Amino acid sequence: MRVGVVVFPGSNCDRDTLHAATLAGAEALPLWHERPDLDGADVVVLPGGFAYGDYLRAGVLARFSPIMAAVREHASAGGLVLGICNGFQVLAEAGLVPGALRRNATLRFEHRWVRLTVERTDSPFTRAIPPDHRLRLPIAHGEGSYYLPHDELDVLEARGGVLFRYAAPEGNPNGSARDIAGVVDVGGRVCGLMPHPERASEALLGSDDGMLVLRSIVESVAIAGRAAVVA
Amino acid sequence: VSGHRFVVSIMPKPGILDPQGRAVEQSLPHLDVRGVSDVRVGRRVELTIEATDIVAARAVVERLAADVFANPIIETWDVAPASIVAASPSVAVG
Repeated sequence: MRVGVVVFPGSNCDRDTLHAATLAGAEALPLWHERPDLDGADVVVLPGGFAYGDYLRAGVLARFSPIMAAVREHASAGGLVLGICNGFQVLAEAGLVPGALRRNATLRFEHRWVRLTVERTDSPFTRAIPPDHRLRLPIAHGEGSYYLPHDELDVLEARGGVLFRYAAPEGNPNGSARDIAGVVDVGGRVCGLMPHPERASEALLGSDDGMLVLRSIVESVAIAGRAAVVA
Repeated sequence: VSGHRFVVSIMPKPGILDPQGRAVEQSLPHLDVRGVSDVRVGRRVELTIEATDIVAARAVVERLAADVFANPIIETWDVAPASIVAASPSVAVG
């Protein structure tokens, strides 16, 4: 089970993500953004950071990196893709998940702990999370305010596209529409998540709730693999 | 083939909160400037396109504006020709 972590110029959470994926039981490998393939990765993670310096708009230039064609192909074949923070911005700019991430309504770069409700635990990204467990994860972003027009938010919610929402006591840190912190695409295989699960991968760091997300992904791939063998 | 220069203006969509504009507006009283409202901050991109004519050049800019310079979910854009500049001579003179 291999987790590939894409490294764009300006990524800065790639090593943390590789470490957390290893802790979750995966073989983790970095994928330089200029390569045209995923080196056999079963799962792709677009990590946090400031790809291309966030120039023009966060995530927009990374969308044109050569590896993104392979990420798109992986997603359309039903492969799992997780975009964390800047990775979420890249997925949104690429149209692989719905919505846009605007500048925080607070006018500040927000870096602190938040609480998340998990809207459904039947997704590949949440299956290992106990029912009613609220995740405690850190955020660190200047442009994380989730936006979609109202009618499209209704559609997103009706199809179960919202996986995570900001919750009390810290609440919504950035003005995101309907407190949305993480979404999945129509197929449910591509997830964008603003908080950082890899920064909450060990109790020593203040929380290991992030491992629940990463373990969910590893479990999902393992189960799919077993199903394939049985078939 | 000649170079066609364009200006693309990108703005946050009307009705969408513009925190940058709000930050500017909120700081104005510190400058003793009053009576300023509805400040909105956008982006301006200038570029030169080599093409056989302005129609072909404009098609390229329109595509770039919609695909790259602006995010259609949250921004609007406007393309305008800046000036028509001659293509660089292939042999340096002087």
